[in-house]
Amino acid sequence: MSDSVALADVIAVACAEAWRGDGEIFASGMGVMQMLGARVARATFEPDLMISDGEAFYVSGDLPIGGTQKLVEGWIPFRSVFDTLAGGRRHVMMGASQIDRYGNSNIANIGPWAKPKSQLLGVRGGPGNTVNNATSFFIPKHQTSVFVPNVDMVSGVGYDRAKKVGGFIAKRHELRRVVTNLAVLDFNSPDNSMRLVSVHPGVSVDDVVANTGFELVIPANVPVSRPPTAEESAAIETIDPKGLRHREIPT
Amino acid sequence: MASEMSEPRNKIITEDQAISTLRSGMTLGIGGWGSRRKPMSLVRSLLRSDITDLTVVSYGGPDVGLLCAAGKVKKLIYAFVSLDSIPLEPHFRLARQNATIPEPTEWDEGMLQWALFAGSLRLPFLPTRAGLGSGVMDVNPSLKTVNSPYADGEELLAVPAIRLDAAFVHMNRSDARGNAQYLGPDVYFDDLFLAACEPGRRFVSAEKIIPTEDLLKEGTFHTLKINRSMVDGVIHAPNGAHFTTCEPDYGRDESFQKAYVDAARDSEAWKAFSDRFLSGDEANYQSQVVAWREEVKAAKEAAK
Repeated sequence: MSDSVALADVIAVACAEAWRGDGEIFASGMGVMQMLGARVARATFEPDLMISDGEAFYVSGDLPIGGTQKLVEGWIPFRSVFDTLAGGRRHVMMGASQIDRYGNSNIANIGPWAKPKSQLLGVRGGPGNTVNNATSFFIPKHQTSVFVPNVDMVSGVGYDRAKKVGGFIAKRHELRRVVTNLAVLDFNSPDNSMRLVSVHPGVSVDDVVANTGFELVIPANVPVSRPPTAEESAAIETIDPKGLRHREIPT
Repeated sequence: MASEMSEPRNKIITEDQAISTLRSGMTLGIGGWGSRRKPMSLVRSLLRSDITDLTVVSYGGPDVGLLCAAGKVKKLIYAFVSLDSIPLEPHFRLARQNATIPEPTEWDEGMLQWALFAGSLRLPFLPTRAGLGSGVMDVNPSLKTVNSPYADGEELLAVPAIRLDAAFVHMNRSDARGNAQYLGPDVYFDDLFLAACEPGRRFVSAEKIIPTEDLLKEGTFHTLKINRSMVDGVIHAPNGAHFTTCEPDYGRDESFQKAYVDAARDSEAWKAFSDRFLSGDEANYQSQVVAWREEVKAAKEAAK
């Protein structure tokens, strides 16, 4: 690939890929890169996805991030978000301050829950998201303090815990992929522990290993994350004309 | 013979009259979401009272932050506390990090809805999957599960009902009898907060009090989710959600919210902020906000 492709654009496409094959469901992105990924997926290879403005409306067309000229195609107030996720008609991409090898994730607090060293958001809708609809993650800084052996508070349920619950949750639970500034990872391994899918241009497998605080499943051949197609590049520019993605992933 | 005729209830009161009906130790539900359409003038009035030891249920924003900073919260039932455009609420963070909330009760967002819905239906619980397998089960050992009595036999989380002693919500419009209207994009869970509350202390503040016949002038019938049987007191509170959003009447006052967060960084700055904005009544708050805006504007002009 050409050196002129910005890393943020490779990552935007890697995020978009999370929704490939999802069809006519709510593609929900919590954060700039996550929203960009969902909107690029819809603008190119997954045209039936439902996209919200992050407030209360489903929007049609290629709404730029932060854009106010909305072509409303539906209403999705918070109550409907809860209904939709419980119905499984949603795939959300969240952030995580910590994540472990089975995809247990944490946005709630760092340090012991009873008296946290750092109070973050709280579990928010993470518990309900992860047992009800497909969940992916974008993590802008891949490092051992984020990819940890054990998270301090399980706000998002990982594969080991979902299996322990059993029944419907074990059967339907799905963590689709984890996109970071270094690599793409998923849970397609025999015990659903985290697997390296691809490394971004200029990143080595060793870089990923060194920045991960647990053992990864690493296939014999790890490809390089693909660059955007011409259509995807155009969509990225349309949806993020101000280049907000570069603030999350400096070039 | 005495007349059989009687007058409808008069529900127009002030914030302070509403707060005077509360007692320490009560369970209070606060409507809105994060830093969106919060009944802030009622919260500010509560801050000026002696009431304490509250159990607070909220999709938390500055309402929770301020009540924590004032030491009024004994038990907090929450899924998050956030200022939306500024993700972390500074007073809530401090309260959690110093462990000054005696009974933090952290649930999934959907569990709060279910608890209020169960409360509103007078059911003991409602089943859900949200929470199972997560840390919510670890830090709330009193939560119980139930098995489906049907063939599937699935084990589900039984979210216990919440009944509120008092509820505050802020609306765009209300008539004097409590038929209230939201004109923004989302009612959030405000109707559930009122429905889950014991009659007597269900309070609606509103930007404008309008005649009943004007209720459909600015919005369709879909905006009338709150009727007068759900409301005991109506408070006229122009700019009452400040500094949170109250679309379409006004958006979030982002620069004031930032000043709030900056002031929360150290105790002296917070004391100054609190003395200026929160020690007087609501009229004082609103006039201080106007004066503050003028000062910010003048400072910007001077810097040019």
